[in-house]
Amino acid sequence: MEHYISLFVKAVFVENMALAFFLGMCTFLAISKKVETALMLGIAVVVVQVVTVPANNLLYTYVLRDGALAWAGLPEADLSFLGLLCYIGLIAALVQIMEMVMDKYIPALYGALGIFLPLITVNCAIMGGTLFMVERDYNFSESVVYGVGSGLSWALAIVLLAAIREKLKYSDVPEGLRGLGITFITVGLMSLGFMSFSGVQL
Amino acid sequence: MSKHTISGVLLDPVFKNNPIGLQILGICSALAVTSNLKTSLVMCIALTLVAGFSSMFISLIRSQIPSAIRMIVQVVIIASLVIVVDQVLKAFAYALSKQLSVFVGLIITNCIVMGRAEGFAMQNPPVLSFFDGIGNGLGYSVMLLALGFVRELLGAGSLFGYTILPTVNNGGWYLPNGMLLLPPSAFFLIGLFIWALRSWKREQIEVPEYKMAPQVSNKEAY
Repeated sequence: MEHYISLFVKAVFVENMALAFFLGMCTFLAISKKVETALMLGIAVVVVQVVTVPANNLLYTYVLRDGALAWAGLPEADLSFLGLLCYIGLIAALVQIMEMVMDKYIPALYGALGIFLPLITVNCAIMGGTLFMVERDYNFSESVVYGVGSGLSWALAIVLLAAIREKLKYSDVPEGLRGLGITFITVGLMSLGFMSFSGVQL
Repeated sequence: MSKHTISGVLLDPVFKNNPIGLQILGICSALAVTSNLKTSLVMCIALTLVAGFSSMFISLIRSQIPSAIRMIVQVVIIASLVIVVDQVLKAFAYALSKQLSVFVGLIITNCIVMGRAEGFAMQNPPVLSFFDGIGNGLGYSVMLLALGFVRELLGAGSLFGYTILPTVNNGGWYLPNGMLLLPPSAFFLIGLFIWALRSWKREQIEVPEYKMAPQVSNKEAY
């Protein structure tokens, strides 16, 4: 249990997806002007991350890994070079399915999250979560914890940034820095703040 | 935007319409790999090639792609190209590919590649699309190499691993600024680059959402 808590805390604070690895930056900067939309997008990312990381973990363990196809009578097969293609395909397919299921059974949620879901397919944070999971060789339960943690870390960062930007628009910024420039500086300061978490271990 | 020429699509994105500085695309990988110049350079070459070729291939089959599934088709083409790059790197520069870790794979989700495929290659002929992809890759490379240059030179006192400014630890005079090797410095540097770029090309300055009202009373505020 301790191991999982430690992994969770590490994923949320120390290895923050947006502020330490710069993943999902494009959406992070583009859709962080309002707290409500940022929150919705954050929730959508958490949901997708929780589903895709474990799903890709299963795909990796039972199909792609060196010798993973032993259950099908092909112990020599090593499909790991197809990894990138399969992960992105699975992510795109899962997002599409989730969109359809949501539309059918939880229309209220679909109304709120619907427009963000296609955006998320090409969000690097999702793909990055999967790739880190593969690189670090997480098992299934670890990958569930990591999925929740990394999704939350991204959501936390975007909501914080949106809150800062809502205030920031009233300030008098030098001409050339206006908009994008000052946002970068803000994110830099936030990232510096999050660095103080490094070294935290449970 | 009616007429595109090869030199136009190749050179425009470098300063006039820089994908990182103006369009906020492809920033994810721009920051993580720039702590030294070597990884930045490899990343630039990889991205430029992938952007060029994916635009060309997508443009070749653009009239055959049904619009409902075009995203999937684009992603599959891009992913296949990235796999090629990844395998080449693993075969010929294993240490470097370990250093770049997941960021080569993340070229798939790099918005520059997707954005050019969707925004340009779907409407334009193959040769032009190829150069458009290369041009945008170059715009990205300029930014990345500038970042890598500053970060490695001031952060570690070297370029491509060769010592330029001998550091104090090795008996030299330069006290390296360790913060430049850490993630936050990349944000600051990009912010400052954007500032510099926009002071030069003033038409890129954003319109402020709010303006402070001018002071109308003759009393000082207190």
